[in-house]
Amino acid sequence: MNSGSLTDTRITRKFAQLKKQNRKAFVAFLTGGDPDYDTSRSLVCGLPQAGVDLIEVGIPFSDPMADGPAIQASSQRALKAGMTLPKTLQLIRDFRKNDDSTPIVLMGYYNPIYRYGVDRFVHECTSSGVDGLIIVDLPPEEDKELCDPALTAGLHWIRLVTPSTDDSRIESVLHNVSGFVYYIAVLGVTGTRRAITDHIEIAVARLREYTDFPIAVGFGIKTPEHARSVAEKADGIVIGSAIVDLIKANLDNDGLPNSGIAETVHSYIREIADSVIQA
Amino acid sequence: MNSPTESAIESYRAGPDDTGHFGIYGGRFVAETLMPLILNVEKAYNQARQDPDFQAEFDYFAKHYIGRPSPLYHAARLSEHLGGPKIYFKRDELNHTGAHKINNTLGQILLARRMKKTRIIAETGAGQHGVATATVCALFDLPCVVYMGETDIERQAPNVFRMKLLGAEVVPVTSGTGTLKDAMNEALRDWVANVETTFYIIGTVAGPHPYPQMVREFQSVIGNETREQILEAENRLPDCLVACIGGGSNAMGLFHPFLDERDIRIIGVEAAGLGVETGKHAASITGGQPGVLHGNRTYLLQTDDGQIIDAHSISAGLDYPGIGPEHSWLNDTGRVQYVSVTDQEALDAFQLCCQTEGIIPALEPAHALAHVTKIASEFDNNQILIMNLCGRGDKDVFSVADALGETL
Repeated sequence: MNSGSLTDTRITRKFAQLKKQNRKAFVAFLTGGDPDYDTSRSLVCGLPQAGVDLIEVGIPFSDPMADGPAIQASSQRALKAGMTLPKTLQLIRDFRKNDDSTPIVLMGYYNPIYRYGVDRFVHECTSSGVDGLIIVDLPPEEDKELCDPALTAGLHWIRLVTPSTDDSRIESVLHNVSGFVYYIAVLGVTGTRRAITDHIEIAVARLREYTDFPIAVGFGIKTPEHARSVAEKADGIVIGSAIVDLIKANLDNDGLPNSGIAETVHSYIREIADSVIQA
Repeated sequence: MNSPTESAIESYRAGPDDTGHFGIYGGRFVAETLMPLILNVEKAYNQARQDPDFQAEFDYFAKHYIGRPSPLYHAARLSEHLGGPKIYFKRDELNHTGAHKINNTLGQILLARRMKKTRIIAETGAGQHGVATATVCALFDLPCVVYMGETDIERQAPNVFRMKLLGAEVVPVTSGTGTLKDAMNEALRDWVANVETTFYIIGTVAGPHPYPQMVREFQSVIGNETREQILEAENRLPDCLVACIGGGSNAMGLFHPFLDERDIRIIGVEAAGLGVETGKHAASITGGQPGVLHGNRTYLLQTDDGQIIDAHSISAGLDYPGIGPEHSWLNDTGRVQYVSVTDQEALDAFQLCCQTEGIIPALEPAHALAHVTKIASEFDNNQILIMNLCGRGDKDVFSVADALGETL
């Protein structure tokens, strides 16, 4: 499988543009349908305006075993509000009505996709404007499942590289990857530990020996200062848990969103973006 | 689905392939954070199983600590009562800790020691695997953390206390629905965050490769002994094997050594709970579809959107929404027949076993026995049926009393 053909896509154009402007990428994650479809649509649609360069939308799953408490809870809120895989694709279609340039990557677990049907899923992704996939529980050993069909259809396949990915493994992990590489800065699940910037510098340098794709660093980033210091060591940063925690903090006791939820979330994101831009 | 026909398969004992697949089932569906750990376990296990010292160490503790071999007992009164085959019980309920679970925890902790790991984690539903893990951790002086759903902690208080007596830390899991599947998610999260020091002892023939194979091999002591014992007692192999299935480790342990004897009828009994048609059950094969969870592809209880549904059974040990991947493959190939038995049928069989044999079985093997009562009339009295009596019922007396309307 050759992923080299994906050279002119929303993702490659975005990173090329950022490079030209000498800027780092700000990648924001939120779970599709959290806390409900309409609120989630407002949240996602406002991200580019708030300074996000690339959007990751989580497909809710009942058993997100690689995620920490914050993202698990967001997945459960979305499921409780009736979110499904087809509705997640609809969310992307809604977003694309007004934005044809911001890259969107779907992040999730394999089972909902497997149930939906791989061919149908890949087709629906391309037709609704998805640019790439991060499927957490599909390592290179299982590339035939979804990675190969996705690449054939023109979707980027983005994989997580971790501190435990040693030299013997790194080449197979980077094989088939395109768009960008997502480096997980800590051992553990999402949102639980703070990434250490010294370690990031060394890890990013090591990754550069193996890949020319941009490297985005995530897991454990919360504050604008931290975002900026991590961004200085890499090509971009990813924030997820902090955003979904803020969504949670803006729900009432019945789980219904406060009226100003989108403004609150977007203004936090704007702060991060303003800090990343200085990196 | 591409199911190979029975005649086309040379051996049912050859799997998994070197990437951990049994047909389309099994595999290694885990996050990259876990892959290096799993590959290390596989490497260490492949070395250990070739090492006579490892086997000798396992055999030593199996004999002197667990009390193996467990007897193969002719249940004469029950056989007479049912009027069908000669029924034998493989009495793994007589093991130390009262169930088959310890065969596996012994094997895995010996492996953990070889790998120089200094901390053990486990998931548990009913608490049997947690107790078996806490037991071997006490034996080998390793700290033990057991993840257990909050719901299960409430309904299995005696086992929670046993684990604490044995020195384990029991961590309540509130995420998801607070049951076994969530406990497994939480244990996997712990493992990812504590790679260097920690070994994860999975309790059944599920999870990413090499766990299904490794647990099967540790539990195969059941079937290997049974084979020798029945040859000694009857000078021939049995006609039928029956075992209950949650994840399916006791069943795989009994079945595996006999899979290539194609004349032997082999039956796995799932928990139908209140009835498969009610949706309140734990019968992954009878009432589920193939999917991917906890590192393997297998039959799962799930919605059309691929969300996992909680299992229900009166037996907490069968209360898992999945099943070992090798069972899924044995189902699709037709080699093993999978059936299901309701809570009520299991309760009836539970009482029958108490009254005819003076053995209080666990609710899990009571499911197997319930199916034996259904099929007994299909056999004549010179045929042999072996049922795995994989656990004793002391732990279940409170829930049985409750179900029978008795106040203790």
